[in-house]
Amino acid sequence: MNQTELDQLISPFRDKIGDFEIAADKFISYIIIKPDQLPALMQLLRKDCGFNHLSDLTAVDYGEEFEIIYRLYAIPGKVNVTVKTRVPRSQSELASICSIYPTADWQEREAYDLMGIIFDGHPNLVRVLLPDDFTGHPLRKDYQKGR
Amino acid sequence: MVLNLEENSVESEDVAHLEKHNIIVTTLEKIWNWSRARSFWPLTYGCNCCPIEMIAAGGARFDIARYGYEVFRASPRQADLLIVAGPITLKMAPVIKRVYEQMPAPKWVVAMGNCATSGGPFRDGYSIYPGADSLFKVDVFVPGCPPRPEALFHGLLELKKKVEKGGSGQQ
Amino acid sequence: MTTLFDTDQYIINIGPQHPSTHGGLHVEALLDGEEVQEAIVHLGYVHRSLEKIAESRTYTQFIPYASRMDYLATHLPTLGYVQAVEKLMGIEVPERAEYIRIIVGELSRIASHMLFVGSLAIDLGATTGLVYCLRDRELIMNLFEMSSGQRLLASYARVGGFAEDLPEEFFPALQAFLDKLPTMVEEYHGLLTGNEILQARCRGIGVLTADMAVAYGVTGPNLRASGVAYDLRKDDPYGIYERFDFKIPLGERGDCWDRLMVRVEEIEESGRIIRQALKDLPGGEIRSKVPRILKPEKGLEVYYRIESAKGELGYFLVSDGGEKPYRIHIRAPSFINLMALGPISRGGKLQDIIANIATLDPVLGESDR
Repeated sequence: MNQTELDQLISPFRDKIGDFEIAADKFISYIIIKPDQLPALMQLLRKDCGFNHLSDLTAVDYGEEFEIIYRLYAIPGKVNVTVKTRVPRSQSELASICSIYPTADWQEREAYDLMGIIFDGHPNLVRVLLPDDFTGHPLRKDYQKGR
Repeated sequence: MVLNLEENSVESEDVAHLEKHNIIVTTLEKIWNWSRARSFWPLTYGCNCCPIEMIAAGGARFDIARYGYEVFRASPRQADLLIVAGPITLKMAPVIKRVYEQMPAPKWVVAMGNCATSGGPFRDGYSIYPGADSLFKVDVFVPGCPPRPEALFHGLLELKKKVEKGGSGQQ
Repeated sequence: MTTLFDTDQYIINIGPQHPSTHGGLHVEALLDGEEVQEAIVHLGYVHRSLEKIAESRTYTQFIPYASRMDYLATHLPTLGYVQAVEKLMGIEVPERAEYIRIIVGELSRIASHMLFVGSLAIDLGATTGLVYCLRDRELIMNLFEMSSGQRLLASYARVGGFAEDLPEEFFPALQAFLDKLPTMVEEYHGLLTGNEILQARCRGIGVLTADMAVAYGVTGPNLRASGVAYDLRKDDPYGIYERFDFKIPLGERGDCWDRLMVRVEEIEESGRIIRQALKDLPGGEIRSKVPRILKPEKGLEVYYRIESAKGELGYFLVSDGGEKPYRIHIRAPSFINLMALGPISRGGKLQDIIANIATLDPVLGESDR
């Protein structure tokens, strides 16, 4: 979707979820929201816009902030929406969307395990890839290797 | 012939004479080693790409059975060869250590692939052990990423030579 | 107060050292007798910190690591990765390389599905099935060895095309393989699909409904077996897939049987695609001119997805202008497909967990990265 189409899709919901920004880079357009708007937006995208497939949930460490990216698709088909939100490093928490997209379960656990982002409301937020007694979150840029 | 005593008190003429009458003179230890070397029972263990080449080695093209090593056992209690195929990660290390301890003596270990030998391409990662020999003693290292089935056979044949010569295996 | 005939919940661990777990998968089965109340999946036994290692490798150096993820479909993960880098840098690929990508990509898909059939057979006790599939897979391994020197983990793809052109002897060997392919599939049908025991072990077992599959993010043949016609080669085509004529096999009930049959039919469809690509293969360059050191523009990021043998494989690359990526995230289909294992095993029997694992076709290298 380009910026205009995305704007047309999401603008009717401004009163329900609050203000947000639509930006674009060289390849895609995406919605930038604040972390507390996340559950409402996801609910809308799932129920009212037909985006039934959360393809990818990932996090990037940008130093002062973490950026969490959600990629949603309406399948079968290729219409997609990308949602980005940022949380500060000092308080890297946001709401879990497991209840809206069950596929977010392990993907959020992986973001917690490797990046240290806490998802409030997740039914089972424990490490998924590393042993339970591992300390640290390795994908962070300031992670020091030491066993 | 390897079973016969080469250097000992019996004269070689006597040995040659006995051989003519199909009598082999040897020690029990030599018989154990001879049999063990020709019939390792590997454990079905593998993580990652190397076990795929191990499975291919068990297939019809490479045929591990012609060496006598086709009896892959699922339970460590019934196996005597641990082919560590694949990297040993933090989570896997206690598991493989336990499996190794559950195997009865004598047992042997072959580290198959670069990951099991030294950590391989993932050596600088945060979750890999630098080789199987950081956990237990390894008898033969088979390098490769992944080693071809023929390379695995080469490693197994080296182990066979080692066992025949009198490597009494790990206890 | 418990009586003599009361039952207790029994916990049994399947794996991580187990012949049927496809690597280091650990399933903790909570049983009431033989019935599974809960199947809890534990991953991480093959976690090799790939995403972190990627940050200290150049873009080209990461190509071999990509193939060590899904090691059964040799070229598909590397093709996905180089295509993502090409999109990031705006590099065009010559026509000949595009066609060869189709050929080796579909050969990889066939190889992966063949091993799926073989390992499903041996997991359920039909050892002969594995031997036939391995024999057939060896022909594909020969083709890969001819082209790249490596049987299993070929780092043949490069950003901009391939490392070198296919040798002359590749084409007659490929034609011979394609001619034998229908006989191979017929043999699988003869050995396996007509078999009463296999049918009893697979029909109606591990039902994954379409809603459940979409909710859990399951993709690939598993999703298509549940009746959802979603294949990235048709829905969001990449490379030159639009030029080819092929069907998307679909299942009806989403049970183990459908997951098996969808993959066997996909082997035939991949054969069709390869024949078409071979017929239209043009001459020309095998690799476009690419800078020796790849340095994408700073701040640029791309998410590129392909239809891998296991499902939707996505690469998310973030560049900081340097020769090493700032962040690589891999959307691994096996990681997400395994989320469905717990729900579909609930209420079934203990042995059905094995059939479920085998038919979901996880490859642990990819799911743990």
